[in-house]
Amino acid sequence: MAQAVLDALKARFGPGILDLSSRHGEHVAVLKRDALREVAVFLRDDPAMAFNLPCYCTCIDYLGLEALAPSGSAEPTGYASRTPGDGPGAPDARFALVYELRSLVHGHRIRLKVPLREDDVVAPSLADLWPAFNWLERETYDMYGVSFTGHPDLRRIYMYDEFVGHPLRKDYPKERRQPLVRREWTDE
Amino acid sequence: MGLEIATTRLEDAANWGRKFSLFTYPFVTACCGMEFMSVAAPKYDIARFGAEFPRFSPRQSDLLMIVGTITERQGPILKRVYDQMAEPKWVIAFGVCASTGGFYQNYSAMPGADQVIPVDVYIPGCPPRPEQVLDAIVLLMKRVQEGRGHSQVRQKRERQLRAGG
Repeated sequence: MAQAVLDALKARFGPGILDLSSRHGEHVAVLKRDALREVAVFLRDDPAMAFNLPCYCTCIDYLGLEALAPSGSAEPTGYASRTPGDGPGAPDARFALVYELRSLVHGHRIRLKVPLREDDVVAPSLADLWPAFNWLERETYDMYGVSFTGHPDLRRIYMYDEFVGHPLRKDYPKERRQPLVRREWTDE
Repeated sequence: MGLEIATTRLEDAANWGRKFSLFTYPFVTACCGMEFMSVAAPKYDIARFGAEFPRFSPRQSDLLMIVGTITERQGPILKRVYDQMAEPKWVIAFGVCASTGGFYQNYSAMPGADQVIPVDVYIPGCPPRPEQVLDAIVLLMKRVQEGRGHSQVRQKRERQLRAGG
């Protein structure tokens, strides 16, 4: 059903789209970062799209798996040797920002993936389009360090302000703790 | 000499009273809370050991039960609750998360509540059976009677320091 959505995206935003794929009823559009906002506005406001339920926003760290991306091409080619949807979606990207949207009007859903380079982990915020993305983007910022431009209140949401780094990045040491308090072991 | 015996006996009598009227402050953070409810409910009934009365203010309690995972972010809160309790006070780490961090070996979970406050009795289990909790309370009662709780030892040391100085 959501194939119509993918077709509409391809027709309207051809150059802004890196890849479109459907597998097991999941429809994924890999977008260029610059196209994210206009695609999101279109998906929300067009009556044939009417994505009115923001399901989630998260991020994937593909550290060490960047090679899964297709090489070079900006055309929606799909993945030659890999199953669709693997890899961040662009050859030099480490992260993929993920938005999942659902339409309660038409009953279709779509996943938007935006590849982000390691030295430029910035993306436009969608919190003004769907207010539920406010806290989800804060979580994504907290855990992965994605800076959302235009976010009304980009603070950490889980970790404390003293925390340094972003714990769900793959290069954060697995058991590194940053304690706020420790007692002096003199009681015994 | 005579006075010493008298004060020792007085301390014993006070400890005898304390061990049968532990006022619990349940610091419930996670799923172990279900098991705590089970212990407190009629079937297992910690009232039999005089510890049936949960006080939801640390100032009115002398037994801190840490029930569930303690995260690094909660550390200062736990410390503050403990500091607010009146002496003498005791601490039970309820379940493996409160004792050691359990299977949470990561950036957010504290590896045991004893990183922040001294713990008197540790209860293993994920979650512990109510019988284990009752066993822990009996162990704690023994400790209270013998004056071996962390805060009792600390109080005693401070008294000695004051008397000496």
